[in-house]
Amino acid sequence: MVGREKFDADLQKVQALLLELSNTAIDTLNNSIDYLLSHNIEGALSIINNDIHINRVEEDINDQVILLIAKQQPVSTDLRRLIVLIKAAGDMERIGDYAVSIAKETIRIGKDAHITPIHLLDEMRDKTIHMLKKILEAFVNEDMEEARKIAKLDDEVDEMYGKTIRTLLASGVEHPEQLSQITQLSFVCRYLERSADHATNMAERVLFLLKGKHYELNN
Amino acid sequence: MVQTLEKGSVLNKESSSIVYDTQQLNLWYGTHHALKNINLQIKENEVTAIIGPSGCGKSTYIKTLNRMVELVPTVKTSGKILYRERNIFDADYGVEELRTKVGMVFQKPNPFPKSIYDNIAYGPRIHGIKNKKILDEIVEKSLRGAAIWDEVKDRLTTNAYSLSGGQQQRICIARCLAIEPDVILMDEPTSALDPISTLKVEELIQELKKEYSIIIVTHNMQQAARISDKTAFFLNGEVVEFDDTDVIFSTPADKRTEDYISGRFG
Repeated sequence: MVGREKFDADLQKVQALLLELSNTAIDTLNNSIDYLLSHNIEGALSIINNDIHINRVEEDINDQVILLIAKQQPVSTDLRRLIVLIKAAGDMERIGDYAVSIAKETIRIGKDAHITPIHLLDEMRDKTIHMLKKILEAFVNEDMEEARKIAKLDDEVDEMYGKTIRTLLASGVEHPEQLSQITQLSFVCRYLERSADHATNMAERVLFLLKGKHYELNN
Repeated sequence: MVQTLEKGSVLNKESSSIVYDTQQLNLWYGTHHALKNINLQIKENEVTAIIGPSGCGKSTYIKTLNRMVELVPTVKTSGKILYRERNIFDADYGVEELRTKVGMVFQKPNPFPKSIYDNIAYGPRIHGIKNKKILDEIVEKSLRGAAIWDEVKDRLTTNAYSLSGGQQQRICIARCLAIEPDVILMDEPTSALDPISTLKVEELIQELKKEYSIIIVTHNMQQAARISDKTAFFLNGEVVEFDDTDVIFSTPADKRTEDYISGRFG
């Protein structure tokens, strides 16, 4: 069989870029919680400053995919593979943005002592990072079954989100003087929950790629 | 030529009816089994694209639809091709009658070495039309139908050979329209044309399908995707897949179709 060597080689380059973008975004999100927990303002600032690199890789992926479509005119699965790459790059770039938002909350909290329920955010981070790493694997391997399994973990993250928000609000009733930090941590909680939603999006993209149909795994 | 308009309006009312129904068609060139158990239904007022690698039988198939393939002495067929519910292989089916209803446009423009006017009037004259006024009307209507009237109306007596390749191909389409066909077969009609002429012919095909049923063989996958309603993928003399063009180019059922349209063989 004659292959489309040039197309396949260019596609692999874009896939490698997505992998680079995803790993950086996931690490950045992970670090953003580390820096929050350890009051590491320098670290938080580095996340904000480095976001431009994540954005550039996403733009690079978009540009290369557009070129590939224009020059190679792919159809069917090849075309979906490119569309899905652009969308996945958007998901991962957004995770980088959430890391930036968490870093900004870290700077706002500064050196103030943390309130008790902050450990819940640590647990939520672990679950979200686990989801993101696993979905990236499933995405690279184009593994539909694994993608479905990982999407189900989003319910657990949603549950943790509800529990954390409720705990934070209860803490606010007892300690109204901590309201500012409670608000900031609620935002962080939301950013993690949204990051897990993007993992679900990635799972839906794997299914769209392989089946050519749209799936809603969030319900 | 009011007749064509009337016929077109009748056709539009029954837009889902079948023009060609190919049933268990087999064809051999001597011992070479070129078409194997072909079953295809071609609908009215649709563009049906036939795609597939060289030697897959796609040109043979459309040349069977107007029995042109019979010009090859060693050809043998089995099965049926119903055109408007009548088997074209029936002993009493006149091939001239069939070819009056089924026009053909070829890969390379092949105008006659005559004036533009005489190219178009050739068919109607053979059918006995002598009246100059009627012939004038046929020529104008056919050239308009082939979207070339404005380019040639002031030089109808010029030899058709003086036109560009794209114009010559549209003259051939106009010549085909002049005999008021029901179906137009096109065998790679744009493969010898530049991109602008190709675009013009593609746009013309979109117009023509309102009144005619079109079956087009093309090697240009993007062209099949752009202009056809249905696509049949032929491979080694068999129809691997036949479906809506949207399905064939997005979610084909057969991996061989996917590999072919993705340029992975052929």
